[in-house]
Amino acid sequence: MNKMQKALAELAEMDELAAMRSPVHRLHPGAKLITTIVYIMITLSFGKYDLPGLVPMVLWPAMMFSLSGVRVRTCFYKLRIVLPLVMAVGLFNPFFDRQTMLTIGGIAVSGGVISMITLMLKGVFSLMASFLLMATTKIDSLCAALRKLHVPALLVSLLQLTYRYVGVMTEELAVMTDAYHLRAPGQKGIHISAWGSFLGQLLLRSMDRAQELYSSMILRGYHEHFHYADIDRFRGRDALYMLISVMFFVLLRYGNISQLVGGLVVR
Amino acid sequence: MHMADALLSPAVATTMYAASAAAAGYSIHKLRQDDDSQKLPVMAVTSALVFAGQMINYTIPGTGSSGHMCGGMLLSALLGPYAGFLSMIVILTIQCLFFADGGLMALGANCWNMAFYGCFVGYFLIWKPVNAGKWFGEGRSAERARIIAASIIGCIVTLQLGAFSVVLETSLSGITELPFGSFLALMQPIHLAIGLIEGLITAAVLVFVYDSRPELLQGVEFSGERTAKRSLKSVVAILAIVAVAVGGGLSLLASSNPDGLEWALFGNSDGGYSSNMGLDEENYGVSSQAAEKAESVQEKTSFLPDYAFPDNDSAAGTTVSGIVGAAIVAGVAVLICFIGGFFRKRKMKTE
Repeated sequence: MNKMQKALAELAEMDELAAMRSPVHRLHPGAKLITTIVYIMITLSFGKYDLPGLVPMVLWPAMMFSLSGVRVRTCFYKLRIVLPLVMAVGLFNPFFDRQTMLTIGGIAVSGGVISMITLMLKGVFSLMASFLLMATTKIDSLCAALRKLHVPALLVSLLQLTYRYVGVMTEELAVMTDAYHLRAPGQKGIHISAWGSFLGQLLLRSMDRAQELYSSMILRGYHEHFHYADIDRFRGRDALYMLISVMFFVLLRYGNISQLVGGLVVR
Repeated sequence: MHMADALLSPAVATTMYAASAAAAGYSIHKLRQDDDSQKLPVMAVTSALVFAGQMINYTIPGTGSSGHMCGGMLLSALLGPYAGFLSMIVILTIQCLFFADGGLMALGANCWNMAFYGCFVGYFLIWKPVNAGKWFGEGRSAERARIIAASIIGCIVTLQLGAFSVVLETSLSGITELPFGSFLALMQPIHLAIGLIEGLITAAVLVFVYDSRPELLQGVEFSGERTAKRSLKSVVAILAIVAVAVGGGLSLLASSNPDGLEWALFGNSDGGYSSNMGLDEENYGVSSQAAEKAESVQEKTSFLPDYAFPDNDSAAGTTVSGIVGAAIVAGVAVLICFIGGFFRKRKMKTE
């Protein structure tokens, strides 16, 4: 399987996850989007040494994973893209920030180590939140919600159309890549003599077809945006979900849950 | 160069969202004004193609490794800066939502770092002037050379700007202990190489388009006459020589003045250059004027007003009970996942 086929499989998997049924899937996409953004904002707002404060933030994604039936493993597979840059930045902290912050059983832990772990957890939590959003929401419903939130029609339509074409184009290029490699065995990538024509051929052909497609859209009365037949209605339960979630985040942010729970055990 | 959410503070993330949204709003306004919104399917197809094209491995001659393209310059040359910018936003959004490449809150910053520079700076300051100029003389061969030059210079410059922004945004967010100068010295050279490769790939595609359908290129006035082709291979050869010469010169310069970058950023008060970039290395982020201003802005715009780095001595959160508590909470979270799975299995059985 080449890189493009893997990407296609990943896209198909997200589509399948979004088509599942669960209480989380049934929520209004707008409510989910706003809650996710608030969650990420609050997660990012924790101080760089506030590890005990940050850890309880895992409770919300844990509950959502549990309620939606989406497997955590699928999400962690995507961490391979997020973590490298975060780690590249975070790994320097232990070297520059050597001030000892606490000692556990005689081992001194420096501020740098704590800030590094905090940074990585922030990365993991934010990823879990945005993954949950996409794994429980279809792209069409999300686009409809974006329109409701007054994101310009041109941008939303472009997102929707591009998402549809991404599948087509990636498949086409996957076949082309396979064909190229069968003709040029043992060659790692595209040879310099074909750098321009490989993508260029498909580009020209596709742009022409898109122009024709647009003409046919115009003939059918298209004007800048799509009409949605079944937009989910914002119900009471969506408002309740948002309210409870946000209150929960604020509680986690300002009430030190870790300290509280730990105080029950440790004297 | 895709930034993850963790690398930004809420204040910086919001500011970058606002900046990118303003640029997007202006682009939409311009497209409507020029009645170019009819380009929609062409924009969608081209951005989908660029999205897929980013996954192609291009063999770099003589090295055995391969390069990729990012596409900002390519899109603005094919669609114009405004449509190109919107297309890049959409590509970055899909990468962020479906492939976790770049975070949801970092999307604003990513759009700015990769799309804004590539499309606006790259188009208006490099692509258009170079193609309208008289470099390399007259005729198709010269036009082709101008396209190659504009692509390569454009990609290098816009990637450098993007890498600089990544460093600036991360440093302003107070995420890393890495000094600003060292971080910059780490990022810029890597992106110089990436920019050169991306420039060559972009040039190859654009020259192909120019040879077959020149009218598709934005901001290029082409002449009808056909002359001998200048192949990409010869350009690569010339570039390699130039790169070696420039690289050798630069490294000589760098070794004779190793602290040039630090000097440029933090100033050299002994030499009376204290105001270079307003950054004070000793007190960076604590009491320099720029930092103070940034802090006051951050305090005002911050989503959560008490957001600040905790004092080292008042790090109350890191007591033993806090850590034990955190461990317990994490355990509870795992338990919640298991309980959910248990009930679902039972439900499936009963169904």
